[in-house]
Amino acid sequence: MSSLYERLGGEPAVDAAVDIFYRKVLSDDRVNGFFDAVDMEAQAAKQKGFLTMVFGGPNNYTGKDMREGHKHLVERGLNDSHVDAIIELLGGTLKELGVADADIQEVADLANSVRDDVLNR
Amino acid sequence: MAQVKFNGTVYKVSQGQTVLDTLLENQQDIANSCRAGACQSCLMQVTKGVVPEASQNGLKDSYKAKGYFLACSCKPEEDIDVCLPDTEQLRVEASVSQLNMLADDVVELKLKTSRPFEYFSGQYVTLWRDKRLGRSYSLASLPGVDEDLIFHIKLIPGGAFSSWVHNELNIGDTVFIQGPAGDCFYTQGNIDKNILLIGTGTGLAPLYGIVRDAIQSNHQGEIHLFHGGLNPSGLYLHEQLESLSREHANFYYHPCVLKADSLTSKNIIEGDIANVALQSIPDMKGWKAYLCGDPELVNKLRKQIFLAGCNMNDIYADPFLHA
Repeated sequence: MSSLYERLGGEPAVDAAVDIFYRKVLSDDRVNGFFDAVDMEAQAAKQKGFLTMVFGGPNNYTGKDMREGHKHLVERGLNDSHVDAIIELLGGTLKELGVADADIQEVADLANSVRDDVLNR
Repeated sequence: MAQVKFNGTVYKVSQGQTVLDTLLENQQDIANSCRAGACQSCLMQVTKGVVPEASQNGLKDSYKAKGYFLACSCKPEEDIDVCLPDTEQLRVEASVSQLNMLADDVVELKLKTSRPFEYFSGQYVTLWRDKRLGRSYSLASLPGVDEDLIFHIKLIPGGAFSSWVHNELNIGDTVFIQGPAGDCFYTQGNIDKNILLIGTGTGLAPLYGIVRDAIQSNHQGEIHLFHGGLNPSGLYLHEQLESLSREHANFYYHPCVLKADSLTSKNIIEGDIANVALQSIPDMKGWKAYLCGDPELVNKLRKQIFLAGCNMNDIYADPFLHA
C-alpha cells in the first residue's frame, strides 16, 4: 500500500497546498497575528516544510526544533485553540484539493502528534 | 570564529557579522549601497575557502562559478581569502546621450553603452559615477526598440548620486554600468494571462518597460497599470501612457493621486493606490502581478494581492531601497 505522502501526490501536492493554506492562515483573525506577512517568501518556505511533514513526507524536524521554533510564539500566547484552528484550516485546504476524508484525518493526526512540542509542554 | 583575509591582512569576523561589516569597521574601503543583498555594489570575489550560499543569492551562474559573492550578505562559516573583483570586467562604460526633465524631481537619463548590453526591461543595474559611488536603477527601456538604456532618476534631497545626475551630469559624460540583475520582467509564454502592474513614483520606470515588452510580445490578456503620485505632477508619463492605452485595446492605464485639486483631470483617480487597485480588480486568481516602489507599499500590496487569489509565484515585487 502506498504511503500517505504518495497518495496525496508528493511535492507537487505540497506546492499546490502552500498557497491555499497560507492564504487561509493570513485571512484568519484567530491566527494571523502569529504570522509575519512582511517576509512572505520565507514564511511560505516554512509552510512548505510544515505541510511536507504533516503529509508524511521527508523531513528532519525533531521535537527540539519544534520547541525552539515556537517558543517565542508561546510566550506571545500561542495555545491549543490556535493549534486547533491551524488543523481546521489544514483540513479545509485539503478538502479544496479533493483529498479523501480518511487521508485528511491522517494528516490531522500527524499535526496533532507535534502539538505538545509546538506548545512547549 | 572565522577569519577573512583581504589585501594581505587577516581580520576576525565576529559572530553574526558580515564580511562587509568587518572590512568597513577596519577602515577598508569597500563600495556598498543597499546592504540588503540586492544592488550588488559590494560584489567581492573569494579566492580561497567557501562562502555561504546565501551570499550568492541572485547572482548569475557565471558569477557564482568565478567565486563572486555579496559582502553584505556573507557571514563566513570558515576562513576565507577575498579580493575586490576586477571592475574592468564587471562594468560597462556608457556615455550620456540625453537628459530630459520628466517632472520637477525626475530626470530621464539615456545612456549609450560602449559594447552590447543584454537585459530585460524591468531589471535593474548599478550605475557608477566613479569607482566608489554607485546606485541601483531600473531599466525603463526596451531592448531592440530603444537604442539607449533609459532610466528615471528621482532627485532624493541630499542623495549623492541623484544630485550629481540632476545638477552636474552632462551629455557626453561617462557613467559605468554593472548588471543587470533582478527577476522583475515580462516572461514569454502565458500570453493570455492578465497582468497587473502597480508602482508609485519612479517605480513606474521598470513597469513602463515591462508594459511595452508585453505589448511588443503581442500579449493577449489584459494589462492594467496603476501609477500613483502624491499629486498630478507626479504622474510624469501621463500623456504617453494615455496614448498607449488608446492604441492598445488590452492596455488599461489607471492614474492615481493621493491629493487631487480643482485642475486635476477627471480621468485621474483620487485615493490610496492599493485600495483603488483592489477595488478595480477584486479577484486576482490567475493574474500575474508586478509591484515596484516604496517598500512599505510593495509589502502591503504583495499580501493583499496574494489574499485576492494571486499565486505567490506570480507576484514579482521590487521594493526600492534607499541607500
